[in-house]
Amino acid sequence: MFGLDKKDSTLLLIVAVLTMFAPFILNPFPEGSALAQFNAGYPDLMQRFVIFGIFAIGFNILFGLTGYLSFGHAAFLGVGSYAAVWMFKLLSMNVIPAIFLAIVVSGLFALLIGFISLRRSGIYFSILTLAFAQMMFALAYSVLTPITNGETGLQLTLNDPRVLGQSATADGSIPVTSLFGMEMRQTFQLDMGAWLFQFNVGYYFSAVIMLIAFFIAIRIFRSPFGMMLRAVKSNQQRVNYTGLNARPYTLAAFVISGMYAGLAGGLLASMDPLAGAERMQWTASGEVVLMTILGGAGTLIGPVLGAGFIKYFENIFSKINDNVLHEWFAFLPDGLENFVVFVMHPFIGKGWNLTLGILFMLVVIFLPGGLVEGGQRIAKLFRKGKAKDSAKPTTKPAE
Amino acid sequence: MGILEVKGVNKRFGGLQALSDVNLSVKENTVHAIIGPNGAGKSTLLNCLVGKLIPDTGSVMFDGQSVLGRKPYQINQMGISRVFQTPEIFGDLTVLENMMIPCFARRDGAFRLHAYESVAAEKELAEKAEQMLIDVNMIEKRHMHSASMSRGDKRRLETAMCLVQEPRLLLLDEPTAGMARADTNNTIDLLKEIKEKRDITMAIIEHDMHVVFSLADRITVLAQGTPLVEDAPENIKGNPKVREAYLGESA
Ligand SMILES: Nc1ncnc2c1ncn2[C@@H]1O[C@H](COP(=O)(O)OP(=O)(O)O)[C@@H](O)[C@H]1O
Ligand SMILES: [Mg+2]
Repeated sequence: MFGLDKKDSTLLLIVAVLTMFAPFILNPFPEGSALAQFNAGYPDLMQRFVIFGIFAIGFNILFGLTGYLSFGHAAFLGVGSYAAVWMFKLLSMNVIPAIFLAIVVSGLFALLIGFISLRRSGIYFSILTLAFAQMMFALAYSVLTPITNGETGLQLTLNDPRVLGQSATADGSIPVTSLFGMEMRQTFQLDMGAWLFQFNVGYYFSAVIMLIAFFIAIRIFRSPFGMMLRAVKSNQQRVNYTGLNARPYTLAAFVISGMYAGLAGGLLASMDPLAGAERMQWTASGEVVLMTILGGAGTLIGPVLGAGFIKYFENIFSKINDNVLHEWFAFLPDGLENFVVFVMHPFIGKGWNLTLGILFMLVVIFLPGGLVEGGQRIAKLFRKGKAKDSAKPTTKPAE
Repeated sequence: MGILEVKGVNKRFGGLQALSDVNLSVKENTVHAIIGPNGAGKSTLLNCLVGKLIPDTGSVMFDGQSVLGRKPYQINQMGISRVFQTPEIFGDLTVLENMMIPCFARRDGAFRLHAYESVAAEKELAEKAEQMLIDVNMIEKRHMHSASMSRGDKRRLETAMCLVQEPRLLLLDEPTAGMARADTNNTIDLLKEIKEKRDITMAIIEHDMHVVFSLADRITVLAQGTPLVEDAPENIKGNPKVREAYLGESA
């Protein structure tokens, strides 16, 4: 399918089905039940799943294939968002030109930053990217206030010039982002007994883009170019003495992953047209590193899983508070109930980072290949249970 | 005129004169061995040929063009491939993938953004890579993870990766260093076979006399950074200067 082999087509198809049915899959618990807390099938969160999935897929093209660990990729996410919001302000509320500009501008930034940072490798490369990202954060936060609107962040106003479109709607409000008239915020609701399913235009738009981005990533992984990138990661000395110039290969990977980040930033702005400097902060750069490693760096599906996992934690676990815990453990004797809640308290609500940190450590220590490796081990156990397969030659292509 | 002409090359490392006034000429379609005791400067000389080191003075011409100041990848693209003293292969990749990479490098040059094509569709290159693996008796290992192979196999693979590029000059740095006798003989057989099957120019650095005398058409003896003699193998054995500087030491 589309020039992919059977295994990759299957993977793409599974991801497509999962994303298309996500509003159902992520909402398994009936409204009002105690477990409804854990439902993730609402538009805002689902958009984040796929958009940060794109961010991580792109990051993985650089980190997973070449081994160059960038600590500044959020800068491109931020640049993408600013570019998109400017497009909304100046041109039109259609998301297509906004996303296009986001990709182009972040690609140019990546070209410049990559050109300089890739003169070094290893930790020095990481530090250079971090330094660039911090500079861009500082620029966005204060120096370039006329372009970025500083700490407040760039927003739409009622007097944006907007060449193709109106500054304000008939009823005097700010127009909303749309795809040829289809509003991104529009949501169809399906009431089925105790369940409420939401189908949001913005989510489906982002999901389709993610599928395209995922497809392109598979093509890159399976291409001669992808093979060269893996060669660079494996043995740069051999690359040089095989007549290959490693620099343009790594630079191309850097720019491609920067464009993925810009695309994600543009999509974030398309869902909610504002852009702030905090999107470029080093914590945001660190987050995409966590996503990729947690899911499985160098694997195809890993980054998407990692992004979903972390965004789920951030949004769901952060909302559990002591009251919720008391409700859950109400069946216990009072003293014990208080004790359990006391013990769990640091790990929930604002403490969700703590839980995530512990999980991250466990994964890195016990599953260096990330969630994908976990999945493979489980699959192996099942296969062993079914039939004792003859030992196969151990080829391990990236899943 | 040889395909490789080294003239008056000097190289110092701090107070150590690693190479002093080295002249060397390698004729096309010959196997030229460079021998000498440990620390004689053999690897240093080789590094000066492939762009890893730049000599302090002197010239290195390959096929009439200077290699000095060029990067290793550019020198490789000129037609010089190098096998390292400790095998340098792509350990994370399979044996076949290891072979495909030099094929791409030869066909597409130092860089090409072939990001949307599929490796699986490169039938012609895969065939070429597999044929080479057949030639070096590694075809049944083509799906193996190359890091998990024996040192002898890694060296064999690395040699095959260089050969598949059809280099005009193949440089080998102690191809049998640290190998068991069986592996050494294996490697000698492989190199002999290569020499018989195709027109190739090789410069071999070697410590092991057995290897040298069974392969070389021409031998240069290096001692303390200076070439002592250059002659045919049969004359080298009897040369008293060589005995003193080298053979006596290794006996
Ligand atoms: N990069 C270097 N820096 C300093 N000294 C070096 C370097 N490379 C080699 N040498 C020295 O130069 C001399 C020649 O080394 P080398 O060419 O490796 O010898 P051989 O390969 O003949 O055993 C040795 O004394 C070695 O210690
Ligand atoms: Mg040496």
